[in-house]
Amino acid sequence: MIELLGIPPQALFGQLLLGLINGSFYAMLSLGLAVIFGLLNVINFTHGAQYMMGAFGAWMLLNYLGVPFWGALVVAPVMVALIGMVMERTLLRRLYHLDHLYGMLLTFGLALIIEGLFRRQYGSSGLPYNNPLPGGTNLGFMFLPNYRAFVVVASLVVCLATWFIIERTKLGSYLRAATERPDLVQAFGIDVPRMITLTYGFGVGLAALAGVLAAPAYQVSPTMGSNLIIVVFAVVVIGGMGSILGAILTGFGLGVIEGLTKVFYPEASSTVIFVIMALVLMVKPAGLFGTAK
Amino acid sequence: MAALNGTAPLLSVKDLHGHYGESHVLHGMTFDVHPGEVVTLLGRNGAGKTTTMRAIMGLLRKRAGSIRYEGTETVGLQPNKIARLGIAICPEERGIFASLSVRENLLLPPVVLPGGLTVDEVHELFPRLEERRNSQGTKLSGGEQQMLAIARILRTGAKLLLLDEPSEGLAPVIVQHIGQIIRNLKNKGFTVLLVEQNFHFASTVADRHYVVEHGRVVDMVENDKIAENAARLEAFLGV
Amino acid sequence: MTTSSSTTAPVTTSATSSRFPMTLVLGLIAVALLLAAPFAVYPVFLMKVMCFALFACAFNLMLGYTGLLSFGHAMFFGGSAYISAHAIKVLGFTPELGILAGVLFSTVLSFLVGLLAVRRQGIYFAMVTLALAQMFFFFCLQAKFTGGEDGLQAVPRRALLGFIDITKDIHLYYFVLAIFLFGFLVIYRTIHSPFGQVLKAIRENEPRAISLGYRVNQYKLLAFVLSAALAGLAGSTKVLVFQLASLTDVAWQMSGEVILMTLVGGMGTILGPVVGAAVIVTMQNYLAGLGEWVLVIQGVIFVVAVSLFRRGIAGEIVAIGRHYNAKKTPE
Repeated sequence: MIELLGIPPQALFGQLLLGLINGSFYAMLSLGLAVIFGLLNVINFTHGAQYMMGAFGAWMLLNYLGVPFWGALVVAPVMVALIGMVMERTLLRRLYHLDHLYGMLLTFGLALIIEGLFRRQYGSSGLPYNNPLPGGTNLGFMFLPNYRAFVVVASLVVCLATWFIIERTKLGSYLRAATERPDLVQAFGIDVPRMITLTYGFGVGLAALAGVLAAPAYQVSPTMGSNLIIVVFAVVVIGGMGSILGAILTGFGLGVIEGLTKVFYPEASSTVIFVIMALVLMVKPAGLFGTAK
Repeated sequence: MAALNGTAPLLSVKDLHGHYGESHVLHGMTFDVHPGEVVTLLGRNGAGKTTTMRAIMGLLRKRAGSIRYEGTETVGLQPNKIARLGIAICPEERGIFASLSVRENLLLPPVVLPGGLTVDEVHELFPRLEERRNSQGTKLSGGEQQMLAIARILRTGAKLLLLDEPSEGLAPVIVQHIGQIIRNLKNKGFTVLLVEQNFHFASTVADRHYVVEHGRVVDMVENDKIAENAARLEAFLGV
Repeated sequence: MTTSSSTTAPVTTSATSSRFPMTLVLGLIAVALLLAAPFAVYPVFLMKVMCFALFACAFNLMLGYTGLLSFGHAMFFGGSAYISAHAIKVLGFTPELGILAGVLFSTVLSFLVGLLAVRRQGIYFAMVTLALAQMFFFFCLQAKFTGGEDGLQAVPRRALLGFIDITKDIHLYYFVLAIFLFGFLVIYRTIHSPFGQVLKAIRENEPRAISLGYRVNQYKLLAFVLSAALAGLAGSTKVLVFQLASLTDVAWQMSGEVILMTLVGGMGTILGPVVGAAVIVTMQNYLAGLGEWVLVIQGVIFVVAVSLFRRGIAGEIVAIGRHYNAKKTPE
């Protein structure tokens, strides 16, 4: 087989696929963060913990209730979203009239609590979750595992569906309008506080869904969220928060770049996204797709 | 204020006080609006007219006193509940949403009561809006945005329309057009509370005018008496 | 952060003739207590508190006085620790030179980070500092000279200035106390200087400060560098106390902890961070055996502090004092 720059195609495309997988999670998580930030003006630090809860939800559903992956894909995000909505309603809502940094600090505190509780219960090392789609296809230049293909396709579908709902439907028009002028939208008769709660739940659900998809791909561990969320913050800074499509493109794109870096310059793979963030900040501080806010 | 023709007022504001933070802006506004009337709040900048409108719509958080709509006390209600009773606002800054198309802007306010205009009827009154329906909301001219801001609340079925300075910053031709529309709406049975600094325009559409100063109603002038009072009002409004 | 009714305005600078001697007297009493303290309380514990108190006070210069939340201050605290540890252990520096090396590193690093970070406002500033700190963490994890997961251990306590012996904890205590008081005084003087006034103006109403002609970004950068240098001072000093520099010092959890100390103690007050550091360090000592519960408890404190006690301990005391004073003066 032809070698590309000294790297066998198997390795290159394999790593690219892994990059796409990471990119799927970056995209879904930054999308959720962007949706929440747009309406609530809060950086949801708990996002990583909610992603982790989604993964653990799938694990618990399987190991305690025998619910398979496909059921967990629906049930876990809903459960985590409900918990998130309760959090918003009881704690987060009280801080909207204050500086937005308090919201971020609150969600940070909640993330500590959640991670601490899970670490207490399950330790810090990972728990396995079986691959629901074992096997794969040999494409010649690489081997394509079924589950990995599924993750990428599923994330794309979810991200594009979210984009469509927000940008092209009436429900989305309420969200977009409320992001600009929540007071006016409420004056038209719409219960904006309830919309805020539901939107938060939606963003959290997206994070949890990503977590369920992550369970068979990585191990299920209480610390899986906190390290990921910081990278997602960098992704968000790079993409800018104004655009839904921008968050999706940036997420997938950065995942691929990270994957490629692992092939050609592995030592830099854990920091390449941060380096890109520094570069973007120098050249376009508002982010690649960002509207200055 | 004496009831006109014996009908009960649609909107009855009594001793309305309002604050922005620590600042006491409304000092006991009292006035009525009867069904089918067009009533104006006239006054200088900072007199409290827009604040009164926001208070009626529930957008002013610190308010006290009485605001009764069709007999229901609304002074303690949330804005969305007030809207659902049948009141709609066209704010001073127009509030056209930039991230929505013209059509989406038009269809945004939900229908709260039966009897509102249909989309076709709205397009008849405002043909420009149909032509430009896919444009981004804020790409319209000032006059078109004003039309859109008025148009979108006509679908909702709201019977009391709060229009805040609809003529502000618009060319005389468009102001005339807006005057026509308001008279048209009156014929259709809408009730309008209008805030204006331009009392000449106000006199072409309104039945009565309340003069507002320092957050208080200081005078009421019937429209047929406006000519006699013109000089006094001009001086007062600093025109 | 813009002030709201629930955050306190910082300590006033007016030195009326009746207040100045009072502050001075209280200050002298405090110093006297600190000088005597190691005979009553375990010196290592006290030194730990002072290091973190300095760290928190330095951090508060950004959060409480300039209104900028840096979520990456661990990179200055821990980065400086690594440099000092390396300088002392490997290069044979004496402690004061080792500390100086660390502080220099923090100053330079913060200048570079600050140039990037001040380009964004508010929440973005927090996210950028967090991300850059995480990048630094990974660098420390992979770099050879930091000792990776083991860190730099057994850093010797060489003779201070070449001849003063600090191997005994009680001797080191007075050196650490001197550093702490020095750092605290620098912060105090900064806050009460014209520079400090501009920082407060930026916190209260940045657009207004800009319209008044202040080069706001330059002020923010300067405050950031000063804050980082003092955080570095705290980190380097900590190396002497525990003779260790490790990944814990540069982890995001450390950045979170200093925020917690400042929040609990009272941001926007000068003594708040000191109180907060004392509280949190004490708590960590008591809960050391509880493993993961510490994380949960810290999270709970965060949530409670942000929801109900935004003024922090010192802030609440100041508020009570004001309330009491207001009641005493007749209307």
